[in-house]
Amino acid sequence: MNFSEVFKQSNQLCKVSPDGKYLATCVQYRLVVRDFNSLQIAHLYTCLDPVMHMEWSSDSLFILCAMYKRGLVQVWSLEQPDWHCKIDEGSIGLVSSRWSPDGRHVLNTTEFNLRVTVWSLCTKAVSYIKYPKACQKGVDFTADGRYMALAERRECKDYISVFVCDDWHLLRHFESETQDLAGLEWSPNCCVLAVWDNCLEYKLLLYSLDGRLLSSYSAYEWSLGIKSVAWSPSSQFLAVGSYDEKVRILNHITWKKITEFEHPATIINTKAVVFKEVEKRPVVGSEDLSIHQLTVDNSLFSTQSKYEITQLPAQVPVIKPDPDRANPKIGISALAFSADNRFLATKNDNMPQSLWVWDMQRLSLLAVLEQTAPVRCFVWDPRRPRLALCTGNTKVYLWSPAGCVSVNVPVEGSFQVLSLFWHCSGSSLVLLSKEHICLCYVEAGASCGHT
Amino acid sequence: MSPSRLYTASVMPPLPLSSFNVSSNFCTEENISECILYINQELSSLCFPPIFQNSDSIRDLDAVVALNNIHDLLQLHRRAVGMMEELEVEQLKSSSDLHYQHLTNSRLKDQLELSKKENMRLHERERQLETNLKTLQNCLKDTKEEVQRLQGIIASRAIQYNHDIKRREREHNRVKERLNQLLIAKKENKQGMEVLNYVGRSDGRRCLWKTGKTESRHEGDMYKTLLSEFDNRQRELMVENIELKKVLQQMKREMVGVLNSKKMSQKEEKQSNDMDQTNSDDDELLKGHPEMSCDHAREKLTNSIRQQWRKLKHHVERLDSQASMVQDEDSEEVISKQLHEEEMERLKLEIQQCKEFIETQQQLLQQQLNTPCDEETAAVLNDSYMLEEKERLKEEWKVFEEQRKNFEMERRNFTEAAIRLGHERKCFEDDRAMWLKHQFLNTPFADQMKPQSRMADEFSKHSGREEKLISISGKVSKSHL
Repeated sequence: MNFSEVFKQSNQLCKVSPDGKYLATCVQYRLVVRDFNSLQIAHLYTCLDPVMHMEWSSDSLFILCAMYKRGLVQVWSLEQPDWHCKIDEGSIGLVSSRWSPDGRHVLNTTEFNLRVTVWSLCTKAVSYIKYPKACQKGVDFTADGRYMALAERRECKDYISVFVCDDWHLLRHFESETQDLAGLEWSPNCCVLAVWDNCLEYKLLLYSLDGRLLSSYSAYEWSLGIKSVAWSPSSQFLAVGSYDEKVRILNHITWKKITEFEHPATIINTKAVVFKEVEKRPVVGSEDLSIHQLTVDNSLFSTQSKYEITQLPAQVPVIKPDPDRANPKIGISALAFSADNRFLATKNDNMPQSLWVWDMQRLSLLAVLEQTAPVRCFVWDPRRPRLALCTGNTKVYLWSPAGCVSVNVPVEGSFQVLSLFWHCSGSSLVLLSKEHICLCYVEAGASCGHT
Repeated sequence: MSPSRLYTASVMPPLPLSSFNVSSNFCTEENISECILYINQELSSLCFPPIFQNSDSIRDLDAVVALNNIHDLLQLHRRAVGMMEELEVEQLKSSSDLHYQHLTNSRLKDQLELSKKENMRLHERERQLETNLKTLQNCLKDTKEEVQRLQGIIASRAIQYNHDIKRREREHNRVKERLNQLLIAKKENKQGMEVLNYVGRSDGRRCLWKTGKTESRHEGDMYKTLLSEFDNRQRELMVENIELKKVLQQMKREMVGVLNSKKMSQKEEKQSNDMDQTNSDDDELLKGHPEMSCDHAREKLTNSIRQQWRKLKHHVERLDSQASMVQDEDSEEVISKQLHEEEMERLKLEIQQCKEFIETQQQLLQQQLNTPCDEETAAVLNDSYMLEEKERLKEEWKVFEEQRKNFEMERRNFTEAAIRLGHERKCFEDDRAMWLKHQFLNTPFADQMKPQSRMADEFSKHSGREEKLISISGKVSKSHL
């Protein structure tokens, strides 16, 4: 694995263009666009304020930079560097800004979620959408970019509006049977909308594209409910992670639960492999402590680590959450399916150092990765069943069905990997630390044997 | 006296005083002296003085002594009777006591029984009450736990609600502040968008006006999407369904095949025949329309599969039990599990060894291929090896040639010898014939028999010898050829 040099960024704003050719990073006021292969600066733009949110348009021709404090959105063009566009929300303020799927409209959510303004880059038309709901995930676009679902709240009731992104025509508007809608997500085949209630009530509703209620699912009453939801890429499964530390998988034919994945503190399933990260400190001899060595060779201080396979039954470290706090750190907070549908990675908040990988073909636990620090971020390779994760230290970890490996980021000084994402081709990883980024080139066919 | 008789059956009745007929029974005119003697004896045994003296005559009776003795006897008798009466009374008393004791005993036994039963009943009740108590305690514990759990839930919900309320209150305050700001602020920042020029749509088409037609078009598009999705799903499910049906039918056929190939009893055969019948029915039903299958056919298929599977399972279980029983015997057909496993282990080991062998060979081969450092030396080496080989081969060839020549010569010699031998034999035959002819012609006729016989003997001897010679020469010639 090769690593590139380190570049600056701020606010964790670093995105690869959808076509994979460019890498855009924001450094305070500036927007730097580099060619992905050569990492040479292709374009440089300057915004009026430190950028809080940056997004590529779907056709990779425009970049949106939002500055929430000033209520400004600036759009830059890659084809015409002198083209400029500035959207000022004025006194009404700005809390979020995003592209529409066609890459020609900008949706701005004003402060206090008063309304959503749809600005068009093609025409002078401006649309307003009233009463948007401020929740975990109130807006979602279908994968083909044709429809948008928006959660609304009027008169203490939840509604869902489906818009046609072509001309922002309101296709359907129906009341949702939730008490307090927390999120909605389209299925990858664009035909089913999953809507879930907030944690006080476990309720998952499935609506068809034309607004009919297909099914409703509730696993239990009273205790804290749904924490996270994920569709499988084929739309066959819907994984629901809840506060009771279980993931329930629903199937797309009957919308009933086919299995539930538990996250027990003691793993006794003999088919699962438990990888435990073990740090090995290098032995330092007295003659090695020269100043030269200390400054140049950072491997002296960064510890190497490798994975060891633990014998079953294995204990997973559990951290009991504070019972007096809201949104307790317990339950499945993150779910991700692999691109080929075969694997599901989950993270249980009261076992923050462990990552669980499930085999979707056998519907059983495949591997548990126990790290030395809480897992901060994990993402699947968009092309193959390979999982990259980071825990905030100087290493990046890769898991694949062949095994897992831990790689130290060989950067001068220490590079604490806070988050990461894959390039769309799956051939490289972009690692983000607090103020820097680094690219990691991974061989496409590399099988990771555990060291 | 009569009541005493009822209770004192064992006691002999007292002698009635009135029925004294002693004289008629005991003493008569004849045996007076014996009686007297007897009475003397008896009296002396009872320590009375005798009524008769020994030396006196037989009938000399001492009247005083006799009367004294009689008086004493009467006294004794009276005393005895009195004692007997007393004893009888005593006995009556004790028997009535005993009876009373018996009665009380039985009464107390009954009471004991009753109290035992009562005790058991009370025990039983106590046990039931205890189990009741336990279950109620468990219920109480469960309810307490439930209550605790619900309290926990209520507490967490309350925390969520509070958190939510605080958040909303904060937001509300911010809204109020902003509203105040806006009311106070003089300059109103208007919303607006500044853009250098409008860009075209990503798909290159023009923007359309919003009309009723577009609306219906949108509706149509939406329904098309849904329909296509349904179609896809239905197609996938159909394909899956057909696959599964095929698999089921194949499974069924295979199971039937497996079950029929084993030797089964008459009954099972009959059953299988019936099953085959139904199987053929199924096949007919489903053969024609694999896509359309009514519930009935589907059910039949699944039922028949279940039945076949059950039979197969029984069969396999039977085989298993057979195998375990047969383990000790040396049966050719059935190999015991242990032997089988040993065989497997051995084969595995063999495979391992072969693999290692192949690896080493590969390595050596690799080495061999790798060792020639450059082509020239390799070529030279190869040539030198070849040369050596060639030389050796040449020498060997020479040797072979020589040997072949020798063999040829010998063969020729032998054939010549054989031919010569043939000629010589012919000459010898001719000579013999001549010699015999001479002999025959020269011998006189007088000694016909003997010489003839002698001749015959000699003839036979000669012929025998000649035969031997011929056979020997034949053998020799044969060997040489």
